[in-house]
Amino acid sequence: MATYTITVNNQKRTVDVLPDTPLLWVLRDELNLVGTKFGCGIAQCGACTVLMNDNAIRSCSYPVSAVGTNKITTIEGLSEQGDHPVQQAWDEMDVAQCGYCQSGQVMAAVALLKRKPHPTDEDINAAMSNICRCGTYVRIRKAIHLAAQKK
Amino acid sequence: MKQSTTTTNISRRNFLKITSLAGGGVLFGFELLANVAPEAAADAAPLFSPNAYLSIDPNGIITLMAPNPEIGQGVKTALPMLLAEELDVDWNKVVITQAAFDKEKYGNQSAGGSGAIRGRYEPIRKAGAVARQMLIAAAAQTWSVPEAECATENGFVLHKTSGKKLGYGELATKSASMPVPQNIKLKDPKDFKIIGKRIKNIDNHGILTGKPLFGIDTRREGMLYCMVSRPPAFGKKLKSFDDTEARKVPGVKNVVRTENVVAVLATNTWAAKKGRDALKVEWEEVSKPESTTDHLAAFKDLILQKSEKPDRNDGDAEKALGGAKKVLESVYEVPVLSHAPMEPINFFADVRDGKAELYGPTQVPGRAISDVAKALGIAEANITLGLPRQGGGFGRKLRSDNVVEAALISSAAKAPVQMLWTREDDMQGDFYRPSSMFRYRAAINNNNELDGWYLTAVALNGRAAAVDNFPAGALPNYRVDGHSLPTNIQTGPWRAPTHNAVGFAEQSFLDEIAHALKKDPIAFRLELLEKAKSNPTGKVNYDVEKFKGVINLVKQMSNWDKNTPGRFKGFAAYYSFSTYVAEVAEISIVNGKPKVHKVYAAVNCGQVVNLSGAENQVQGAIVDGLGHAWFTELTFDKGAVQQKNFNTYKMMRMQDAPLDVEVQFVTTNDAPTGLGEPALPPIAGVVCNAIFAATGKRIRKLPFGNELKA
Repeated sequence: MATYTITVNNQKRTVDVLPDTPLLWVLRDELNLVGTKFGCGIAQCGACTVLMNDNAIRSCSYPVSAVGTNKITTIEGLSEQGDHPVQQAWDEMDVAQCGYCQSGQVMAAVALLKRKPHPTDEDINAAMSNICRCGTYVRIRKAIHLAAQKK
Repeated sequence: MKQSTTTTNISRRNFLKITSLAGGGVLFGFELLANVAPEAAADAAPLFSPNAYLSIDPNGIITLMAPNPEIGQGVKTALPMLLAEELDVDWNKVVITQAAFDKEKYGNQSAGGSGAIRGRYEPIRKAGAVARQMLIAAAAQTWSVPEAECATENGFVLHKTSGKKLGYGELATKSASMPVPQNIKLKDPKDFKIIGKRIKNIDNHGILTGKPLFGIDTRREGMLYCMVSRPPAFGKKLKSFDDTEARKVPGVKNVVRTENVVAVLATNTWAAKKGRDALKVEWEEVSKPESTTDHLAAFKDLILQKSEKPDRNDGDAEKALGGAKKVLESVYEVPVLSHAPMEPINFFADVRDGKAELYGPTQVPGRAISDVAKALGIAEANITLGLPRQGGGFGRKLRSDNVVEAALISSAAKAPVQMLWTREDDMQGDFYRPSSMFRYRAAINNNNELDGWYLTAVALNGRAAAVDNFPAGALPNYRVDGHSLPTNIQTGPWRAPTHNAVGFAEQSFLDEIAHALKKDPIAFRLELLEKAKSNPTGKVNYDVEKFKGVINLVKQMSNWDKNTPGRFKGFAAYYSFSTYVAEVAEISIVNGKPKVHKVYAAVNCGQVVNLSGAENQVQGAIVDGLGHAWFTELTFDKGAVQQKNFNTYKMMRMQDAPLDVEVQFVTTNDAPTGLGEPALPPIAGVVCNAIFAATGKRIRKLPFGNELKA
């Protein structure tokens, strides 16, 4: 076991875990931030997407020992009131069915909009590779365009 | 964003403690209160709860129960909408609570067969209407006016002539003593204010802010995280294991075995996984491991065999084929699929002292409780089962294996555990959509008419054909022979069971016939439907006018007759779960690959309850069906799955999803029919028919992505 101090949602948090522990399990099991989800464990589905600084990373395959001083943002830290423009857009478009993948989808969309405030459909295709088993892609696309208008 | 609550199963003895913690804001049905000791009940806030579905406390807090498990099909929102409509309350002011399992109070609480709305449409509306009439009675008595002069609106009873007004909360105590009305009058659909409107998913806020809504999010004092070593292939069983190395992993607390799995319990998931991976497990072969190639070889043999007992046999299909001017014959094939819900299999169980507390994802809580009771040898009355939101079901959780496994592990470990499977465990441990093969033969007579149809169908472990499907009823000679290939690979219902495979094969073959007859595919269907009406043969299990209604609607929506250069259209229509769906896809071919620009869907599912949720179900079912038809297959090598995770088990992603799916519902006040599944079966045929229109290539095997590469 080893001790790591990482910055999550603007707070310094210290955990004592095995060095190869993926960030996902540190968030979920040690810090009780369960909004970030487990889906595949091999960085394929994106249910575990969080922000590292301004970039989307797949926390299931990112060891806690590699986080260092980078700032991690999870769905819980995206806004105080759940009113980030992407969260609002997801609510207005009523995107979710089961909802399980949506925190990862939201975080991926936030990263995309930071890079490209007005993404085209092609930009969305390239950036949004998360799997939604319920098939809400049509509404996700609309919600991203709506969020871009809000900014 | 609206918020909702979820209860775990609350034992009766804890009822008062919990209500007081919640400040009286969360209340439970009267049957529960009736079981609380009288002196204790006297201390509780008086409330009005004429049935288990709702309660109103004197502060005006209105709690509506969502009785069925929410797996993404939208019932946690839609079922309370039915209550709210008849109760006549402001949707923005109600509290919605997910009920725990309680068969005495809620009857069948399953999620499957597109049945929750169908089964509860009337009973739940009545539950709301009873309460509303009792509130009116209480107000009328208070004002000494006839009930007929009173009306309700948004949580108030109004006296029309005097302008008097009382809130439901103010009337709660008095209403509880009113007689339960015997003649319930439900609202006229023209007066609906909530049913049929766009209402957002009740859990949007929780989902979008990362609240612990799902089973996998369960955290309890003293809980251990658990991973299991499960059989690596069908046909294998646990023989022995050595846990020396596993126990050395920091954080690992215990290793226990049940009959067929070894479970490692630890202080966090990662330690449990590392411990699990460090186990040395020996498996023994108990039955012959099978491979997909074995199944295909057997299918190809069975598909040529005549059945002694046809599943349906109108007229004489063999004779029609024998005397035909032309016979069309095609063989269609679909692979095994895994359910792969995004939330991997998990369950929380705390089994101690002859009692069990269970919490997690299941589509069949009733079955889960009875299976756990049997497995543990304890009474069902000693088991509680709470129902979290579930990260997808698709039929996977119609089995209770995960619930029983977690309960047995907790019982062996004598500790609360959260059992979690990895994606690889899930892919190998599923109850899969069976593979199937369909051999269609069609007889075209001298008048250039289809007059004979002979389907021979084979599937793993069960029925391959939906025997009464259209065009049954429209043809003088129609026969279906079915064969089942037994296997030791677990199979089970997968969203729109049977239909999900038949829809592709049959709707593609109908398209083939239309092209062979040089008829427009839509005109051809309509012509056959006319025959089913004017000159039906045998049982006709569909309503011709409703079928025609959705077909004509989608024709109009999609501008079917208008051709745009470079764009190609495909069509299919399908009836399942009492719902009619017709779909058109518009595609182009880019670098040899289809691009789906738009899908149009016309749906007759009776009265739509939640327009937003209903539209989402149709859009999602189309994307789901299209993605699996395009990319997904699961194959076995000696009992082991060859696609163990999403790197090889390919799923639809954004880049290939249709840019838009336009949905229109036929306007009707008929009682609701199924909607979680019916839009899925036609879409594979729709897109494959469009691919034929674009390329001349007829897809007869899924996934079609492989066929287009070939």
